[in-house]
Amino acid sequence: MNTFHADKAAAFARDVPHAHWHDTALWFMRVKRDRGAGSVPEWEKLRNAASGIKAHTLSRLADYLEEFERNAKANGIQVHWARDGAEHNRIVGGILEAHGVKLVAKSKSMLTEECGLNPYLEARGLEIVDTDLGERIVQLAHEPPSHIVMPAIHKKKEQIGELFHQTIGTAEGLSDPKVLTEAARQHLRRKFLGAQAGLSGVNFAIADTGGIVVVTNEGNADMGTSLPPLHIASMGVEKVIPRARDLGVFLRLLARSATGQPISTYTTHFHAPLRSGELHVVIVDNGRSEILGRETFRRSLSCIRCGACLNTCPVYRRSGGYSYSYLIPGPIGAVLGAQRDPVAHASLPFASSLCGSCSDVCPVKIDLHHEILALREEIRSRKILPGGKRLSMRIAGVVLRHPALYRAFGWLARSLLRAGVARVGPGATWARQRELPAAPKETFRELWKKEREEKVA
Amino acid sequence: MPTVGLFIPCYVDQFYPRVGMATLRVLRRLGLEVDFPEEQTCCGQPMYNSGCAGDARPLAERFVRIFGRYDHVVAPSGSCVSMVRNHFRELLGDRPELGALAARTYELCEYLVDVVGVKSLEGSFPRKVGLHRSCHGLRELRLARSSERMDPPLDKARQLLGQLRGIELLDLERPDECCGFGGTFAVNEEAVSCLMGKDRIADHEKAGAEIIAGYDMSCLMHLDGLLRRERKPIRVMHVAEILEEARLNP
Amino acid sequence: MTAREAILSALRRNAPTTVPPPDHPEGMRFPDPVAQFLESVKAVGGASARVADAAALQAALSALPVWAEAKKTVSLVPGAGHSTLDPDAVADPHQLEGVDVAVIAGALGVAENGAVWVPGENLGRHRAIFVITEHLVLTVRAADVVSNMQEAYERIRIERPGYGVFISGPSKTADIEQALVIGAHGARSCSVFVVG
Repeated sequence: MNTFHADKAAAFARDVPHAHWHDTALWFMRVKRDRGAGSVPEWEKLRNAASGIKAHTLSRLADYLEEFERNAKANGIQVHWARDGAEHNRIVGGILEAHGVKLVAKSKSMLTEECGLNPYLEARGLEIVDTDLGERIVQLAHEPPSHIVMPAIHKKKEQIGELFHQTIGTAEGLSDPKVLTEAARQHLRRKFLGAQAGLSGVNFAIADTGGIVVVTNEGNADMGTSLPPLHIASMGVEKVIPRARDLGVFLRLLARSATGQPISTYTTHFHAPLRSGELHVVIVDNGRSEILGRETFRRSLSCIRCGACLNTCPVYRRSGGYSYSYLIPGPIGAVLGAQRDPVAHASLPFASSLCGSCSDVCPVKIDLHHEILALREEIRSRKILPGGKRLSMRIAGVVLRHPALYRAFGWLARSLLRAGVARVGPGATWARQRELPAAPKETFRELWKKEREEKVA
Repeated sequence: MPTVGLFIPCYVDQFYPRVGMATLRVLRRLGLEVDFPEEQTCCGQPMYNSGCAGDARPLAERFVRIFGRYDHVVAPSGSCVSMVRNHFRELLGDRPELGALAARTYELCEYLVDVVGVKSLEGSFPRKVGLHRSCHGLRELRLARSSERMDPPLDKARQLLGQLRGIELLDLERPDECCGFGGTFAVNEEAVSCLMGKDRIADHEKAGAEIIAGYDMSCLMHLDGLLRRERKPIRVMHVAEILEEARLNP
Repeated sequence: MTAREAILSALRRNAPTTVPPPDHPEGMRFPDPVAQFLESVKAVGGASARVADAAALQAALSALPVWAEAKKTVSLVPGAGHSTLDPDAVADPHQLEGVDVAVIAGALGVAENGAVWVPGENLGRHRAIFVITEHLVLTVRAADVVSNMQEAYERIRIERPGYGVFISGPSKTADIEQALVIGAHGARSCSVFVVG
């Protein structure tokens, strides 16, 4: 039985003050998101439009990618296609090697995490510097990001001070975020000035103009792609949108959903390489075309990676990013991970109370909790649902089909409860921190019957 | 006069008969003809939510057969009504009689507000009440506007309880966060489930609640279990119980 | 089969029936977009002021402490400040490191979020100038302030000259315990003057 999430979550939640700290930090983002969303009277209409644009685009994805490619090439952008992560890495590595690049400044891209680009390039002797502050922190700590927008959300400032002291040579005992950020600015400025290439992700690729949009608050993508002549941008096939004017809809939703900001600081539109430079765009499938073919799950390809479903998820907030076996945590991660590998990530669809907050917060209206529910069915059908659970559901199904059996089992359960011997199996787990329900002598149907008999009498 | 088929979820039947009785009395007092078809058991939600649709399907079929004959079906549970309204179609396919049954199956609060049109309830309930908005009623049935959505405000349970004299309905810091029950989640993910429940209770405590009210006993069972273990003086009550108790305190 | 063909054919094979694109909703309009814009710039951590004309702009710029203290300046706005370093004369954008203040003309301001659209042609020879400078000063004509992003995209052409950026306030991060810190990698301050 895959209990990955439950085990990691239990360990995380055991340190209650820390779990509360994590919960509060992320809830704060949710509150800011509510304020940001609430400032836009047409918020729900925008969500509908964004969801509709994505649905339309997904229905004609190949056409829009071709249109994007045609226009991008006309703009002087070099377009590459990669079937999977390995092919993506070979393409990126090949371009970098052809230019003799030794140091790369990289801005945030979950796709390159998915492809395992950093280890691939490092193995070939390149130095890859993640330049988003949070990403740099987890890179220095040799950890994966624990959140898709705030990669180091799990770390306390004192830990970051100690990490910086050991890795980039700051003084001992620093913990002021201002001081630490300044130290990182100086450290990374040297890297920016030394880099021979900039790598970035892509927030949106626009079919009708043949350009890409990259969004950051720190300006790291702009530093990384404006100094060296070489810029390589990696995008999943689902990042394309039809028209430039669609950006108006998405950008009004994206930052407000992510952090509550009305827009990120820098929204940069690339439609040509730097003068005497090169701009490459690598379009990656890596399983996305397969997801597109699955009616129940294709909407997960609409995700614009705002992280709002993580921030609102009561389970994610209390279990942390590392309790998810997939590199993207939270509800969207459960959906994407369990589709990619239902065996390895079998615990993720069960790491949800199905409260549905994720679906209501999602700016592109992905029906996340229903996709999670559908994945449970999928895991059962692949026979990777734990045997005990499968059996208990089968027994319950039979009992509940037969009223007499149902009454007998109900009586038994209540008798065991009253006798105080129900603390076995799931009952024991329930009772670890909770009382079991008190068992009344009579059921509702018995009371109902009695009342009717009295009436007749 | 419509005949109401009373749908009492299995765990309410077994563990919370008083909630079933309160529901029955509330409906009767409004002059409604109420029947409880005794062959009913369960809507199949536990199986369905565990990914065992095959085990849920016969139960859904039984449900349709048993309740098909009533003008309205009413249950004191948002979660079970959501199962009927939103998920039976996935189990049984698109059948016209199914759509019709789904459309006339109601959670108690929405039935009272939307169908019966209750505007002034008799009775007093001079207590400090925190309202727990269970997720399925909230986001699957839209009994209230969820805090994520920017639609016009709406809250059917509050609309009902607010009619009682003397009741003090409290504002919570997190108006509709999940309590962590979540069916089998309560056991599969016991640690997070309990932490979520304790956090909910703390929010109600901070607001000064004497009673945590709700329209789903499953969530309240979880919260009650935590409250009793920690010997906290807060009680949980189903909305139907409050309406019934208020009537006895004119 | 090339990767391109393989991907495109898989996407075609697996595509759902074509769904028509939706209409965009009407974006909110402010009664006084300029006033809202000035407010929004402040809300995103910038400074903002409205000046009547070029002379007033020059005076307001001179009064800015970051300008007064600057040693290395670049102005790409005729009549507003001056350049101690001609950015078009340097061959390599790395040489812009150390610029204290850059003054750059925006082409459009957005009231709902304080963003200023800076098209590539306003950045001179090296687009890095807006992000490598320690402090940034932007100008926008009052007539070029719109209410929301949807309106903005109806007004601008993002594909020419090949580069353009919306800038909303100074560079910032909240990656350490979500404490907002201004001045991550880009400009440590962003002052926006609405002219007219």
